[in-house]
Amino acid sequence: MVHQHFKLIEVFTVLDNIILGAEDTKLGFVQRKAARKKVEELSKRYGLNVDLDAKVENITVGMQQRVEILKMLYRDNEILIFDEPTAVLTPQEIVELMQIMKGLAKEGKSILFISHKLNEIMEVSDRVSVLRKGKYIGTVNTQDTTAAELSRMMVGHDVQLVVDKAPAQPGETVLKVTDLHVASRLYKHDAVKGVSFEVRKGEIVCIAGIDGNGQSELVFGLSGLEKCSGGKIEINGVDITHAPIRKRSEAGISHIPEDRHKHGLVLDFTLEQNFVLQTFEQPRFQHMGFIKFGDIRKYSERLIEEYDVRSGQGSITMARSMSGGNQQKAIIAREIDRDLPLLLAVQPTRGLDVGAIENIHRQIVAQRDEGKAVLLVSLELDEVMNLSDRILVMYEGEIVGELDPKQTTVEELGLYMAGAKRQDRKKEASA
Amino acid sequence: MPFLIRQTLVYAVPLMLVALAGVFAERSGIINLALEGIMIFGAFMGVLFVRTVQEWGWFQPAYDAGNILGLQGFCFLAMLFAAAMGALFSLLLAFAAINLKADQTIGGTALNLLAPAVVLFFIRIIANQNTLNMYKGDAASWFMLKKSMFGYGRKEEMNFLGSTFVDKVYVATYICILVFIVMSIILYKTRFGMRLRSCGENPQASASLGINVVKMRYAGTVISGALAGMGGFVYVLTTANCSANGDVAGFGFLALAVMIFGNWKPLNICLAALLFGLFKCVAASYSTLDINGDGVYLLKNLNINTNIYRMLPYVITLIVLAFTSKSSRAPKAEGIPYDPGKR
Repeated sequence: MVHQHFKLIEVFTVLDNIILGAEDTKLGFVQRKAARKKVEELSKRYGLNVDLDAKVENITVGMQQRVEILKMLYRDNEILIFDEPTAVLTPQEIVELMQIMKGLAKEGKSILFISHKLNEIMEVSDRVSVLRKGKYIGTVNTQDTTAAELSRMMVGHDVQLVVDKAPAQPGETVLKVTDLHVASRLYKHDAVKGVSFEVRKGEIVCIAGIDGNGQSELVFGLSGLEKCSGGKIEINGVDITHAPIRKRSEAGISHIPEDRHKHGLVLDFTLEQNFVLQTFEQPRFQHMGFIKFGDIRKYSERLIEEYDVRSGQGSITMARSMSGGNQQKAIIAREIDRDLPLLLAVQPTRGLDVGAIENIHRQIVAQRDEGKAVLLVSLELDEVMNLSDRILVMYEGEIVGELDPKQTTVEELGLYMAGAKRQDRKKEASA
Repeated sequence: MPFLIRQTLVYAVPLMLVALAGVFAERSGIINLALEGIMIFGAFMGVLFVRTVQEWGWFQPAYDAGNILGLQGFCFLAMLFAAAMGALFSLLLAFAAINLKADQTIGGTALNLLAPAVVLFFIRIIANQNTLNMYKGDAASWFMLKKSMFGYGRKEEMNFLGSTFVDKVYVATYICILVFIVMSIILYKTRFGMRLRSCGENPQASASLGINVVKMRYAGTVISGALAGMGGFVYVLTTANCSANGDVAGFGFLALAVMIFGNWKPLNICLAALLFGLFKCVAASYSTLDINGDGVYLLKNLNINTNIYRMLPYVITLIVLAFTSKSSRAPKAEGIPYDPGKR
């Protein structure tokens, strides 16, 4: 089984990772030489190129995936399970993986491919079984079905796969970022190296890129979770580069964070407490330091009603006990309802089902149409292509391209994301 | 010089053994802060074993006949007993940390508090004083190798190697080195060691490959306890004349420092332990330390306050850790209770 999150030991070599759990031993000693020969044979036969002596922490995600596949082949398994294997790959790596999977099937292996990405399912599978809310819905032959039909089976009603939206009408600049540098938490170098861009009223700007190319740090820099080591951030002309988080929030950033458990909610607070995390200090929720519980309850009930946040006990539900989709809805309700000029949405649909995704996309577009500036950070290419009015591609901490989603293709976007192609933005700006 | 090397080994060897004990626990994912406590317990049990067996008189004939092999066997049995008791004691930590998913730091601290108290309690009952000594004679006369055993007279000197590694040393020290080497090989070259290390890095991954994480962590902690118990006994045997008083002078914590300084790797730990052993040796015997053998006690003649020397190993620990702990890399999953449902 290839797990969604790879099950690899980072400090072990590739070879050790492959044989771990199925080691051949002589007198208790691991026989690495024989194992190496077998792995080399397998990797040649299936075209899975890996560096056996490298440590897993130093190899690319694509190679880690090949290691996972080799792990299964080393055990002579006949049934291979892939659990959302494409989430962390570039489009090129996805194509490569699809070819490997087809090759394996040809060799006589059975493959169980778990995914919610319809285009991948349509491309690679022979038969599709749909599960919805833990129930088996049905099995169809891929040839006889369409993406629309599959999504209907997945959600239970018709889903618009493409977001309907009018052309953007950008107004004046809301967010202006100039030459921003943010240090990486893990390493000594900067994770964001001199990024400049603008987001204007009434447009959705999307930052695309493969996970780990500085997007998270950029968002941390903007939201104040991490100090900027250089550059300037302005909101409506106000410099907030060194402002504390609360000041930024008051200056006009609403933030849907990447990790809803870590930065979005206090999991052991109730839903209503989570709704007023940033606003409880305002006079409408407190008087002389005492919290007006009645008003908070009323506010919370309104949000639950308006944004259809479902939970076991309404306002007094513990955030921890809610489903991921409803937790996300709660965060979106809170952030959108604060009605601030800039919406910073980081992977707002991560881990949600097709129905919830559609709903969230619609709300983001609605925000744009109301004249908000939206900065969307996403790893999902479909989301990037569908939702954005402008795409900025980040690679190794820099913005390497600015694309128009109407004129570009997923393949071109992939080349930028992998660093194979880049625009010289500074030259363009001056020209 | 022979004295310096010999004395350094006396301190360094238990230190590296206990540091390796820490490695076995931490590489399997359990922080073993209880090393100090286990050492104290192991030391007490080892001494108690020696005392009781002496009382029964089993090895008296061997002693009377000067049978070296018999006496060393006796010593080895005591080491094994201390190791077994250390392993037993560490089961407390394993149970709390693995089955009850308790905070390992607190569990370890609890054992550190428990061990000296329990040990002193029993020492008071058994010996009616605060120190538990051997029943008869002392460690030097029973267990130490002496040049006289090899036909050297009182006035005769052994050659350099002999006076460094044979005269006035305990075989237990070499057994510890052997154990250290064997356990290091097991950790790196065998299936068991490989699986153990994987459990300290990514237990969910290990479990996905059919490795029993709970079993591996138990194994890691119990081996850790055994090594620390043995280390504790050897420590009091060689430095405290085989007497237990519920204290090992912070050696368990020093071993933790050595382990971190050694980056959780046996070879580095060996070197780190030698370094700390050297300072500990200087601290313990600076006044009689004759480094180049010319009869001049250099360190004593420097006229530095004695307390400075005594502080040395601990101050060095602080300084070294302050500079190296940043670049050292602990096993990723250590200290985190294993939860099969977590991804």
